[in-house]
Amino acid sequence: MSLITSYWVVACVILPAVMGAGILLFLRHHLTLSRLAAVGSCLALIVVGVVLVVQANGGEIQSYALGNWRAPFGIVLVLDRLSAMMVLLTSILSLVVLVYAISTGTDRKGWHFHPLFQFQLLGLNGAFLTGDLFNLFVFFEVLLIASYGLMLHGQGGQRLKAGVQYVIINLVGSTLFLVAVGLLYGVTGTLNMADLAVRVAAAPAGDQGLMAAAGLLLTTVFALKAAVVPLHFWLPGTYAATTGTVAALFAIMTKVGAYSIIRTSTLIFGEDAGGLAFLVGPWLLPAALLTLIIGFVGMFAARGLRDLAAWAVVGSMGTLLCAVSVFTVQSMGPALYYILHSTLAGAALFLVVDLIAQRRAEHGDAITLAPRFRQIEILSALFFLAAIAAVGLPPLSGFVGKLLVLDGVRVSPHAVWIWGAILTTTVLGVLAFARAGSMIFWKSASVEGEIVLRSLRGRRGGVGAAAALLLALAGLTVLAGPVTDYTAAAAAQLFAPEQYIDAVLGPQSGGCR
Amino acid sequence: MISLEFLVASAIAVLTAAGVYLVLRRRTFPVVLGLAFLSYAINVFLFAMGRLAIDRPPLYDKAAAGYTDPLPQALVLTAIVIAFGMTAFVVVLALRSYLETGVDRVDGAPDAEGGQ
Repeated sequence: MSLITSYWVVACVILPAVMGAGILLFLRHHLTLSRLAAVGSCLALIVVGVVLVVQANGGEIQSYALGNWRAPFGIVLVLDRLSAMMVLLTSILSLVVLVYAISTGTDRKGWHFHPLFQFQLLGLNGAFLTGDLFNLFVFFEVLLIASYGLMLHGQGGQRLKAGVQYVIINLVGSTLFLVAVGLLYGVTGTLNMADLAVRVAAAPAGDQGLMAAAGLLLTTVFALKAAVVPLHFWLPGTYAATTGTVAALFAIMTKVGAYSIIRTSTLIFGEDAGGLAFLVGPWLLPAALLTLIIGFVGMFAARGLRDLAAWAVVGSMGTLLCAVSVFTVQSMGPALYYILHSTLAGAALFLVVDLIAQRRAEHGDAITLAPRFRQIEILSALFFLAAIAAVGLPPLSGFVGKLLVLDGVRVSPHAVWIWGAILTTTVLGVLAFARAGSMIFWKSASVEGEIVLRSLRGRRGGVGAAAALLLALAGLTVLAGPVTDYTAAAAAQLFAPEQYIDAVLGPQSGGCR
Repeated sequence: MISLEFLVASAIAVLTAAGVYLVLRRRTFPVVLGLAFLSYAINVFLFAMGRLAIDRPPLYDKAAAGYTDPLPQALVLTAIVIAFGMTAFVVVLALRSYLETGVDRVDGAPDAEGGQ
């Protein structure tokens, strides 16, 4: 690999780091300039993301050794189809959310929104690219620390209360992460994921118990981030209490958990790991089914639109992890497509809900009768579309995604359960959205009067950002062919870990073939 | 005789047990202490994962007969820094939350009569 191409990989980690620090140090008191710098950074990240996807789509896995220290001794960033896809997804989502934050003025409700936003992107991109387990922990901490600041942005009692819970549960999660990392290091003597894959496959039978414990602990931590039942309790409170802007950005956070489960399970505990191959599968499937059911039942119980959107995120993680937990090439491709869809759909839902709540003044996001509010026509249309996307009805990409997932999981012996759960919960989701939508838009039509707002920010920009996400979903539907080709190729790459190992350790490593 | 491994292992066990107990408490201060205990336990645990070797240098030395593993020490250092920062953050956050809402409970529910 030539030097020039390899710089693209490290650029998407360095760029937000430099921009975040730069905005914090030099542009702290210049709102317009820091906004320009933040948008510029996000635009540049999209360019980098596109270049990375094009590079990764060539089929060759790239490994960038930081400081030129050779793996497994140094830390490497590894670019394959999956990580390139996640980086591009993150950059697109972040640009839309940033435009929304600027046009609705969310970034002025507290200090340091833009630096925290950039550090969040640093953590996310790092977590998607790193090829080292301890480095993954560090990037998790970076993105978590930034997310604490963003989650508390704007403050207020309810937000602080939810923030305490969010921070504490994630600190406990980080502790467990370290236990798992320590166990794996103690048994194998390495932390490089490619090297771990080789050593886990070659480990003596006596060490299998310890490594199984480490693998399951690791998955527990990732499941906590992915809000898998019974570790989902933090999500609805956190997402409903924070600003809609941040909640929309956090749509990618649960996917970091899903990404990490996919990465570690296919690489370290993949097909060649003998007795440890895909050891989380039997645990993950029932948990994912429960997540799916509880998520959609929770939507039914929601009293506010934010709660509704938060539970919809839990439900979509259930659908996604059902497909992941089967651990076959056929089901992983659809799962990756569903990651793209559910991130954008979840974010769109949060933005639309936030727009509605702002315009309903004191009624906020409560699912109750209220007088007519401004821009009700366009917002009802956007809510309708976001609901269609979130539940998975045609014509948006949720339908394509669910169809692909249903088709992909047919190879599983438990396919009946997955089919039953996904189809039943889709009906539940339709009913929950219909209940909320008809209460807010239809029945409220009979209420006299109109809600008058003194000032309304983001009439064009805010609505435009939400509409842009829905357009992206439409694009995902229209381009379903090329996108599913890409995700299928990414899945194939995941289930042939020797390519990854050769790219990181060099072709003489003797991979775990 | 009690071996070094037994001593270290039981120290980790006691720290973890204390940490888990405190993390499950109702008020924020014991929970913060519990998080601190847990992070101490993890630091010792990570350190021990490089095996317990006595009187060995971690770096290259011509006269050395053997080495102790330097990597866990580097990991522990990172973990200490992160845990320290997070503990400071959670203390400030808990304080701020208490001052703003008047509630010092982790679940955010108002205090019952007579407190804890």
